[in-house]
Amino acid sequence: MDKKVDVWQGTLALMVLKTLETLGPLHGYGVARRIEQTSGNLLSLNYGTLYPALLKLEQEGSIASEWGVSENNRRAKFYMLTRAGRKQLEREARDWAQATAILGRFFKPNEDLA
Amino acid sequence: MRTLRGWASRFVGLFKQRYRYKDMAEEFESHLQMQIADNLRSGMTPEQAKREAVLKAGGLAGATEAYHDRSTIPFLEHVVSELRFTVRQLVKRPGYSLTAVFVLPVGMTASAAIFAFVDAALIQPIPYREPARLVELAETSDPLAIANLSYQDFNDWKRSQTVLEFVDAFSGAGFLMSTRSGAQPVIGGRVSAGFFRTLGVSPVLGRTFTRNEDIPGSPRVVLLSYSLWQDKFGGSKNILGQRVLLSGNAYSVIGVLPPTFHFAPLGSADLWTTINPKDSSCEQRRSCHDLFAVARLKGGVSPQRALSNLSAIAKRLEQQYPDSNRGRGVSVIPLSEAIVGKIRPVLLVLMSGAALLLLIAYVNVAGLILARSEGRRREIAVRGALGASMPRLTMQFATEAFVIVAASSVAALVLAHWGTQALKTLIPADMLPEMPFVLNVALNTRVIAFELALAAMAVVVFTATALFHFSFSDMGKGLAEGSRGSAGKGWRRVGARLVVVELATAMVLLVGASLFGKSLYQLLHVELGFRPDHLATTEVGAPDNNYGKDEQSIALGRDILTKVEAIPGVQSAALTTERPASFNGNTDWIRFVGKPYDGKHIEVNERDVSGKYFQTIGAKLLRGRYFTDDEDKSKPEVVIINNTLARKYFPGEDPIGHQIGDTKLSPKSIKTIIGVVDDIREGELDSDIWPAEYHPFNQDPSDYFFVLARTSQEPQAVLPDLRRAIQRLHGDIGVRDEATMEALINNSETASLHRSSAMLVGAFAAAALLLGIVGLYGVIAYSVSQRTREIGVRMALGAEHRSVYRLILREAGTLAVLGIAIGAVAAIAAAMFARKVLFGVSSWDPQSLIAVAVLLGFASLVASFVPARRAASVNPIEALRAE
Repeated sequence: MDKKVDVWQGTLALMVLKTLETLGPLHGYGVARRIEQTSGNLLSLNYGTLYPALLKLEQEGSIASEWGVSENNRRAKFYMLTRAGRKQLEREARDWAQATAILGRFFKPNEDLA
Repeated sequence: MRTLRGWASRFVGLFKQRYRYKDMAEEFESHLQMQIADNLRSGMTPEQAKREAVLKAGGLAGATEAYHDRSTIPFLEHVVSELRFTVRQLVKRPGYSLTAVFVLPVGMTASAAIFAFVDAALIQPIPYREPARLVELAETSDPLAIANLSYQDFNDWKRSQTVLEFVDAFSGAGFLMSTRSGAQPVIGGRVSAGFFRTLGVSPVLGRTFTRNEDIPGSPRVVLLSYSLWQDKFGGSKNILGQRVLLSGNAYSVIGVLPPTFHFAPLGSADLWTTINPKDSSCEQRRSCHDLFAVARLKGGVSPQRALSNLSAIAKRLEQQYPDSNRGRGVSVIPLSEAIVGKIRPVLLVLMSGAALLLLIAYVNVAGLILARSEGRRREIAVRGALGASMPRLTMQFATEAFVIVAASSVAALVLAHWGTQALKTLIPADMLPEMPFVLNVALNTRVIAFELALAAMAVVVFTATALFHFSFSDMGKGLAEGSRGSAGKGWRRVGARLVVVELATAMVLLVGASLFGKSLYQLLHVELGFRPDHLATTEVGAPDNNYGKDEQSIALGRDILTKVEAIPGVQSAALTTERPASFNGNTDWIRFVGKPYDGKHIEVNERDVSGKYFQTIGAKLLRGRYFTDDEDKSKPEVVIINNTLARKYFPGEDPIGHQIGDTKLSPKSIKTIIGVVDDIREGELDSDIWPAEYHPFNQDPSDYFFVLARTSQEPQAVLPDLRRAIQRLHGDIGVRDEATMEALINNSETASLHRSSAMLVGAFAAAALLLGIVGLYGVIAYSVSQRTREIGVRMALGAEHRSVYRLILREAGTLAVLGIAIGAVAAIAAAMFARKVLFGVSSWDPQSLIAVAVLLGFASLVASFVPARRAASVNPIEALRAE
């Protein structure tokens, strides 16, 4: 079996937002599947990790939820980005890119750090 | 912002639990089903698909908890669940909860309402700049601790002192303001020019007086009060520079004072002019005293130091002018003291009364909590055994106390709001100007903070009561079968002590109420020396320009008396310069012809009265004769003295025929005593009788006086006619303040203060009696319920009903007697403390003590009779079977 990694603190929200931006309204299962697949199955989301994170985003107004019917005709709760969420995603994505870029430089072998 | 929104929805989440769980469970289920479906699609067997899906989901319990913690605020949720539990518990026992929530507000309301008055009068600063440095200056004389100041003395003080930054004189003055509808009497203040600077008050319009506006020859200027400006001048901005005719002199308006400005020592002054020594002959004589002064102490100077500085000056003046200044000292009191000094002891007594009532309320509820926790002993023991920790139990007790106290506090605040409004109406309207702080009585933040502090204290006390109780009883015992009997006994002991405290406190309040009631009665039935019933009175003022000469004033007086006596229902009418039962003062210094005189001032009340004055007010002539109407300057000068003067200066002699003169016995001043009248109470109801002399009005006439009319019908009905009759004489005569003598006495400051005290302490006492009796009933009833089996056994063994009655009543009787005895001792001590505000009763008043003891004893008997009856009607067989 693959070696699963824990989701890094604080990054899950960003993954959820990005997923919803890419795929549009989606239920919790879909979000989890998408994140796991995108991570190359390195991440695994159980309910206890996923749902409190969705709840927090909803409480903060970044996403909204609504009961609907899934592609397989199953009742499911769908989550979608709100306008505030979209802005938050933009901002956090930028921050993230910047942070990784900075960190990345430390690990580039041919860069002269002196 | 996002975080805030998050917390807000988590807070809301506290209250949507059930719905959320259903939602979450459905979501988890749909997730699981989709997972299973996908697993099946990827080729797993149904069992395997399900197993994998469940594994993937992770611990469901953990997920639920994580989700839950995220959806609410866990700490608050804990508190809320505790609150819910408590409220459920309280609702289940409405008797207990309602009693507590009825009892507590009674005590809290009384305290908060009285505190609102204490706050307004004693805590809020008086509304002037740096009020702590303001003092009121006055002179002292032998009979008077505070006597008016003479203008000459004031000037000498002002010149020589080294302790005051500013000092200014003031005095009240009546003016007749000419208006389109005739002369209107207005109350004004006459002040020296710096008065408003000394207080630190600026006008809303125009300016205040400038230097030199109070020296002879300066133009006449006037400042208007805000209300006069609004009422009489429509609040017009063009008022500045306008002329106002006051008692025949033209004044120009220079400014308007702020609406909040008031100066209690002068009551409700409507306008302010400067002291102009030329206007008043009094101010040209050092021996004439008509002023007070207000001063701002220099920084760091205490009133004591100011007093010693000014006293030294007064000593010097005494040597320099022995004739006028002999025995004249100095009084320096903080201005705030001058304003609230009289009401302070009353407020402190009332606050103590409210505190006692609060104590009873606390004790009563503490008793209830004890009784209830007794009934919960097993429940608590079970909770303890199941692992509820001490903090958790504390939390539970505290929550219960909190819920009870919170509900009570809300009720108390609402009631206190009404209460303070109602209390304000107890104060007669004409007393308000002298008690301006009453306007500031409100449930402000300080009062609310006070109430919250009381509430917090209650929560702590009640929690501690419950904890204290349980820390002393072994939890394990609570689980033991049949342990209730012994535990009940323990509670009975504590409860009994509480009831003794309650009864003793009730006793104190009841005795207090009785003393205040008695003192009010004594005050209103004090020997007046005249008959106040069927007397209508009014104040009359006429301008000096038209009525100032003696013949003019005499003619005015005669005309008014003729018109007034013509009013149907008026039997006789008279004039006086001061109404009886108003104040001691307006005095004269006298000396007796042919008696040794040591130069010490003999100060006596002086009143100028018309011929039928004594007959009209119903005073009793002891010797000699009354004045006659034709006794004017053309006849020998005569005087009638009161009995106190006669006894003091003519012991064992007949004073008739003796002569009185001024301190120098100047020939013009010599008058012959023609009569002795029984003492008429000239001063306030609670003040002493001073020696007094009465002159015929026509020998010393004035254009300002009071008219008194004895009526055959209700005097109230005559008042409008009285005013009309006098005003019809001439439009320039001012009439004000018409009232019946009885109303004046009933609404006098002393009577009002006594009445408010009596009513409030009476109300507190009634509440205390009720709470004390409820407490006693509670203890006895509980005791009976706990002893049902014991009583059953006794009866089975042959005890008669009577002996069961005796058993229960003895228990109640012991408590009542103990409470009454302790209360009696405490009541005497408390009455000593309240001595200052009592009148005509001693603090050790056996009548009150006995009456209250009997009342309390009887009430206790009634309260314990009901449970005793229940005990006596116990069916022994059922009682034995019940346990």
